Amino acid sequence: MTEQEQITTDLHPLHLTVNGKDVDSVLDSRISLADFLRHELRLTGTHLGCEQGSCGACTVIVDGVAVRSCLMFAVQLNGSTVETVESLCVDGQLSRLQQAFHEEHALQCGFCTSGFLMSLTAHLREHQVTNDQEAREALSGNICRCTGYAGMVKALLAVGDGESTTQ
Amino acid sequence: MTDTTTISSGHKTVTGTGVKRREDRRLLTGEGKFLDDLNFSEFLEAAIVRSTVAHARVRSIDVSGAIDLPGVAGVYTAGDLEELLQNLPPKVVHPDMSHRVRFPIVLDEACYVGEIIAVVVAENRRIAEDAVDLVIVDYEPLPVVASTASALDKDGPIAHLDAPDNVCVHITQKAGDPDGALLSAPHVLSETFVISRGGGHSMEGRAVAARFDEVAGELTVWDATQAPHYARQMLAVFYEMTEDQIRVIAPEDVGGGFGPKAQFYGEEVLIPFLAKKLGRPIKWIEDRWENFVSSAPERTQTHRMSVGFDDEGKLIVIKDIFEHDQGAYCLGLQVPSITMSTLPGPYKIANIHSELFSCYTNMVPTSSLRGAGRPQAVYVMERMMDRIAEHLGIAPEEVRRRNLIQADEFPYAVGLLFRDGSPLTYDSGNYPGLLEKAESRIDLSAFRDRQIRERKEGRFLGVGIGMCVEGTGLGPYEGARVRLTNFGRIMLTLAAAPQGQGYQTVYAQLAADALNLDMDVIDVRHGDTGNIPFGQGTFGSRVTANAAPAVVDACTQLKGDLVKAASMLLGVPVDQIELSGTGAFVVDDPERTMSLLEITRAFNVGRHGIAVKPGSPVGLERTAYFTPERAAYSSSINICVVEVDPETGMVELLRSVLVHDCGTVLNPLLVDGQVYGGFAHGVGNALYEEMHFDESGQPQTVSYLDYALPGALELVTPELVDQETPSPLNPLGVKGVGESGTIPTPAAIANAVEDALRPFGARFNRLPITPMRVLDALGVLD
Ligand code: FES
Ligand code: FES
Repeated sequence: MTEQEQITTDLHPLHLTVNGKDVDSVLDSRISLADFLRHELRLTGTHLGCEQGSCGACTVIVDGVAVRSCLMFAVQLNGSTVETVESLCVDGQLSRLQQAFHEEHALQCGFCTSGFLMSLTAHLREHQVTNDQEAREALSGNICRCTGYAGMVKALLAVGDGESTTQ
Repeated sequence: MTDTTTISSGHKTVTGTGVKRREDRRLLTGEGKFLDDLNFSEFLEAAIVRSTVAHARVRSIDVSGAIDLPGVAGVYTAGDLEELLQNLPPKVVHPDMSHRVRFPIVLDEACYVGEIIAVVVAENRRIAEDAVDLVIVDYEPLPVVASTASALDKDGPIAHLDAPDNVCVHITQKAGDPDGALLSAPHVLSETFVISRGGGHSMEGRAVAARFDEVAGELTVWDATQAPHYARQMLAVFYEMTEDQIRVIAPEDVGGGFGPKAQFYGEEVLIPFLAKKLGRPIKWIEDRWENFVSSAPERTQTHRMSVGFDDEGKLIVIKDIFEHDQGAYCLGLQVPSITMSTLPGPYKIANIHSELFSCYTNMVPTSSLRGAGRPQAVYVMERMMDRIAEHLGIAPEEVRRRNLIQADEFPYAVGLLFRDGSPLTYDSGNYPGLLEKAESRIDLSAFRDRQIRERKEGRFLGVGIGMCVEGTGLGPYEGARVRLTNFGRIMLTLAAAPQGQGYQTVYAQLAADALNLDMDVIDVRHGDTGNIPFGQGTFGSRVTANAAPAVVDACTQLKGDLVKAASMLLGVPVDQIELSGTGAFVVDDPERTMSLLEITRAFNVGRHGIAVKPGSPVGLERTAYFTPERAAYSSSINICVVEVDPETGMVELLRSVLVHDCGTVLNPLLVDGQVYGGFAHGVGNALYEEMHFDESGQPQTVSYLDYALPGALELVTPELVDQETPSPLNPLGVKGVGESGTIPTPAAIANAVEDALRPFGARFNRLPITPMRVLDALGVLD
């Protein structure tokens, strides 16, 4: 076997929880978490803007922490709990943050949106956002090319009071 | 069945109000449908072998290792694709232009890093990318042109074999007697400006997928493009198929455009062709590195600008000679032609000389990027306005005020030609109004007092103005089709495809008002050549001024049909029928109604084999196209306040007041969103974004680690002030707004930085103004 073939057939078993559901799989070690979510689980809300950790479009929450799913191998996550953008809307009810994004026109093309929502959801679980500077700091790990962040700053201030943002 | 109250309750106007977007929910919940989100799981995937050398003869390509890799379906080079070796023509041309043939794939001469050498098709992208690494290309390096200066150097290298030089086109436009006026003007100032613009950086890159249906003989192409009808036309020519055999679909969600996706690229020709050839569907998704090296950016212009003026600061003459970098091939002269005509801006100038040297280099071909040549022209003009003010000791706002075209001087003929070849004639505007509104909002005199106080404390604040006039709403046309569906809803189809602008919302608003029906019964779809035969696409802030009148026209026609239909069904004269809510009612007897569903059953669904009355309005559908006479001119002003730290060279943006005039506003929420986003792009151009190439034409900025896009911390939210001067060129009075936030911003920020550092006499003639350039200008680096 060539080296290439060995790489593509390096399989590992994987068990994890995604959006509250148990997932079992056997996977190539080279498959990123983002590709696993998008292609294997067809959770396509997680987007890829750079595949090298800069843009934040691929952000998901793993064991409570916002991470860039393009930079992790799926097989690293055996036993972990993953939340993606698809988990935010419960029983048809948008989360407070999602609703605020809608009210404040915080998205245009929407490609970056899932990543922002996941970064901010993790942030708001631990921090309050009470002024413009704090809002901008919370947003600063992700890139949006459409909105100039104006609506996102407003949305964040609207829900940054420390109340639960999940409902 | 018929709900009388929802029909006869009267119509409430929705156009002009900030209706929240219909698009949001699916995008917020992860259910958006971007191209790569579509379920193409049975599709093969392509990856592309790109030239790693800026200029080389390709001696040989060895694909054997790649083909042998398990999972690879094929590897294709120009030798396998002779039918496709046709020129990808530039969009905007000039009779004097010198052409370079651009094939979709390199035949034997690679002319920039990133140019397509081969296409690998495999079971999945991982295998395809592995195979790309196994393709061995033997390059014979050739001399490289890596700047416009070297391109125009008579003894310099030449970007293409067999070409006599690197000149793409040399055009001069003149008004009045500029040379004479420069000799006699009491004051003349001259400067050289180098303006970098960078790439579009839509967060979603380019993407193409295709499937050929052999039974039907039809090719379906999914393309994350701004211009599906343009793509279809190009494909029809390349493949010698009719337009009806090709369906190009821009997915419902496209992740940003900003210009680069309005161009047509080799991948768009190659992927569908291979899908047909292999009899297997294929998709290709551009990655970020490819986006840097192969999607058209706008890059650099160098301007040599002279202004002549009198003791009062009144402009007598401007003369600007500039170099524009087309890159390795010419995708069109749209950008430099727009630069030429944008130069005079809102000012009355009797004598103008605008001269373009557009040249070929060995870098990725350039094209339009949000602003499209305008920010450069505005930068040059507005920097000179500040230099005049400084030279004469007059306030910068005062120099501008003395030169502005007045509100009662429209239509105003500038004396030059616009990009579409029509005389540059501003249709409408109120430029003194813009200046006055911005000045009073920012309170310049209070700021200047503060500036003096802060300077004593060692803080360097500055204020800068950028003003511009922006040609928008270019023709030739845009189309809309509106239909009463078989289930009693209204389906509005737009030819143009959005990338986040909110068409599904704003065009439903317009249609609701034109039809006098509820927005809720109106669905909007777009970007599919299978649904409406003709269209042009989304670029140059043109869609509102073209599509909105078409929508109103089509809906007004359909409204007439619906009224006639209801009058026949209710047995009352047409002047007794009004539409409202979800159907029609009788004016004198509002309890008597006819729902859209009943109308469609009678006249669209019909009863098989049963005749209707002669003259019945069957097949309720209307299509309209709007053709503007010429461009509609938006205008804007940005006044920015910055603080510069002379120790670190950091520029901090403190405030921006942006007054823009895009005529009638259809949805203020969306208009503001466009301005906010455009502003951010302008800030990037002013302070952060720059593509670097080394002397061998190797791109040095190929990831977001070396190319900085503005994040939330680098920005402020501009304070927006509205001014509405309706355009007389379309029935709605609308003009474009997609670029208004971008265009004046680099000029305003640069003027502000220079104002902040005036005590040091630092000059900033080059964009972006990075901390290094600030320190350099302050002499700290010496
Ligand atoms: S795609 Fe992961 S950070 Fe950009
Ligand atoms: S909404 Fe388009 S990138 Fe953020």
